[in-house]
Amino acid sequence: MFYREAGDFKTSYRDDGQTFPIRLDRWGYYAILAVAFLVVPLVIDSYWANAVLVPFLIYAIAAIGLNILTGYAGQVSLGTGGFMAVGAYAVYKLMTAFPGVPIVIHVLLAGAITAVVGMLFGLPSLRIKGFYLAVATLAAQFFLVWLFNKVPWFYNYSASGQINAPERTMFGWAVTGPATTASAKYLVCLCFAVALAWVARNLTRGSVGRKWMAIRDMDIAAEIIGVNPLTAKLSAFAVSSFFVGIAGALLFAVYLGAAEASEAFGINKSFLILFMVIIGGLGSIFGSFAGAAFLVLLPVFLKNVLVAQFGWPTDLAAHIELMIVGALIVFFLIVEPHGLARLWALTKEKLRLWPFPH
Amino acid sequence: MKLKLATVALGAFMAAAPAMADLVVPNLSYRTGPYGANGTQYADGFNDYFTLLNERDGGIGGEKIQTPECETAYNTEKGVECYESTKGSGALVYNPLSTGITYQLIPKVSADKIPLYTPGYGRTSAKNGKVFEWVFNAPANYWDGASVAIKYLLEQNGGDLNGKKIALVYHNSAYGKEPIRTLQDLSKKHGFTLTELPVDPPGQEQKSQWLQIRRDKPDYVLMWGWGVMNQTAIQEAANIRFPMENFIGIWWSGSEVDVLPVGAVANGYKSLTFNGVGTDYPLYADMQKYVVEPGKASQDGQFVGSALYSRGMYAAVVIAEAIRKAQELAGTPKITAAQLRDGFEALDITPARLTEIGLPDFGPEIKMSCDNHGGSGMARLQQWDASAKKWSLITEFTAPDQEILDPLILEDSEAYAKEAGITPRC
Repeated sequence: MFYREAGDFKTSYRDDGQTFPIRLDRWGYYAILAVAFLVVPLVIDSYWANAVLVPFLIYAIAAIGLNILTGYAGQVSLGTGGFMAVGAYAVYKLMTAFPGVPIVIHVLLAGAITAVVGMLFGLPSLRIKGFYLAVATLAAQFFLVWLFNKVPWFYNYSASGQINAPERTMFGWAVTGPATTASAKYLVCLCFAVALAWVARNLTRGSVGRKWMAIRDMDIAAEIIGVNPLTAKLSAFAVSSFFVGIAGALLFAVYLGAAEASEAFGINKSFLILFMVIIGGLGSIFGSFAGAAFLVLLPVFLKNVLVAQFGWPTDLAAHIELMIVGALIVFFLIVEPHGLARLWALTKEKLRLWPFPH
Repeated sequence: MKLKLATVALGAFMAAAPAMADLVVPNLSYRTGPYGANGTQYADGFNDYFTLLNERDGGIGGEKIQTPECETAYNTEKGVECYESTKGSGALVYNPLSTGITYQLIPKVSADKIPLYTPGYGRTSAKNGKVFEWVFNAPANYWDGASVAIKYLLEQNGGDLNGKKIALVYHNSAYGKEPIRTLQDLSKKHGFTLTELPVDPPGQEQKSQWLQIRRDKPDYVLMWGWGVMNQTAIQEAANIRFPMENFIGIWWSGSEVDVLPVGAVANGYKSLTFNGVGTDYPLYADMQKYVVEPGKASQDGQFVGSALYSRGMYAAVVIAEAIRKAQELAGTPKITAAQLRDGFEALDITPARLTEIGLPDFGPEIKMSCDNHGGSGMARLQQWDASAKKWSLITEFTAPDQEILDPLILEDSEAYAKEAGITPRC
């Protein structure tokens, strides 16, 4: 009734294999893109950019990155925060060393540097898996944060060990630094998020993604049918770290503007992004966005309701917020262990048959 | 879809927030997390002083003060969210009580033209008003603190620290790292050796650092700690029987929260401070009468007079004085953030004025100017008496060694100016 595919015929394999095979879905997707690119930048203010949309987009990129590694390739990682720190410090070193180069190139290069570091820490995955690999990546998390705290070269020998993003522009528009407008921040992050989501979607449904999924489902069987575990696992680590590194670079340069390794990229960040992936849905690009939205927007929303509307004391609201978010995580995982993405898919199924379910 | 719903609902709630007409001084506080015990008392003092002004004097210059609170949990991302959500309400000044959040906000407040007041924390080189037009960190900064502590030790040792060993136990973050460069320069000047012992935040894990202290046997230990790190450090020091009177904390490591959990063995622990302690000041009588007794105090006034409460209150005193000054300069009680900045720059809190407020000898004289946003940098020492459960002041206000500090401040602020493309003013 609400959601139908009657009359929506496909006459080629190409049509059948597209990302949004149902016409209504496709239109919805184009409509959201149009609103995001054409309407939101005109109406966005700095609160919406800095407190809501920019963090949502950046965390969505990080969640896609971790989803590639954990959701598609089955390699559990707790090192996301550390890899984000690599992206942030790489972009900082590049920005300050080559001020003339456009910032977007630096962000991409920071992603590439993180990809190399990620591959290095991915090497143990050839021998170990599961919990043991999680512990190895946990070591990466602590090692990288320690390194950025310890070696003054990374923070350009500043007195406090903080890194600050100086102003850098793109086509004459400030993208980092205090003069950046809300819409410039938002648009840069949106472009990265949309482009990277598109790349991730096409990688995961192509032969590379099939290899990752084969390794995830049963590595020995995958090896027998001709998947090289070395290239499959390392490419998963490389692509995943590339995404995570870009998220870290954007988090530092565009969103926060200043960062210190242990505070901004601590173990909490790794857990946060892992929760986004689990709640959103393992092995789903849409799930990464949904999970990021859930964990970024819900606390802000609850804070606005509890403090601004009900006038509760801020500490009580903060505790209640933790309890509500925690309870909802548990609830979702019990009701739908495959995350929000599966929940959304089920909703669509139900709506297509409504009001005559069978 | 979830996103859209949340967006619509959030928008509706945002739109429904009341418009504020009074003078707005947001309180970016934290009452949760590993630093919550300390943040709570500071936030109470900050709120209560403005409540007192509203109740007793009807505000400042006839304008009531509002202090909308926002919970940051000492987390920089939440701090940014709090800044953005309160900035629209006409915020006059920010005091986030976090060096990390201060670093985030420095570029933002400079672009938005809102003063940032960071008493005793934040970026030390913001003292150079030529570069940091919108940031104020009077009465003292970390480098002042480091220098005053060394001056005190010099005094204890007859002016000679040659061959002494001093260990620095610090919070491994921007905050804890701040004094290192000053202490290194001071160690060159006075000939003591400095051992740096980082403690990873939040700071419960410091066994190995104290093991090293037990092995090296330094003559003195300095500490830059905050939150749970302080009480853990004092407990560890007691465990290895380090003489407490040779253990000196920065002002953020010197409150009741830090020593009470350790109990009797914390007796004799010293810390720096730039404000008075206890309730023996005339202002507290007013506080009792107008705020606590009518039940208008934060958390029922249970922390009135504690070290951190007093410091939060002192921050509010300085802000209130700056507002007064700004009103005088602007000729109107309804000042803007830019006018408040001028008020800060022209601020002159003399000992006489402090007595008038009801806080004689509570803090050092604060005189700011275009190039000096940090005041005199004077601080004093306090010592914990575990049996009486109170701090007592053991020195007078001491001036730091500007000969060491000035070049460092110039160097660091010029590096920032170059990085951020700022042309120094005045």
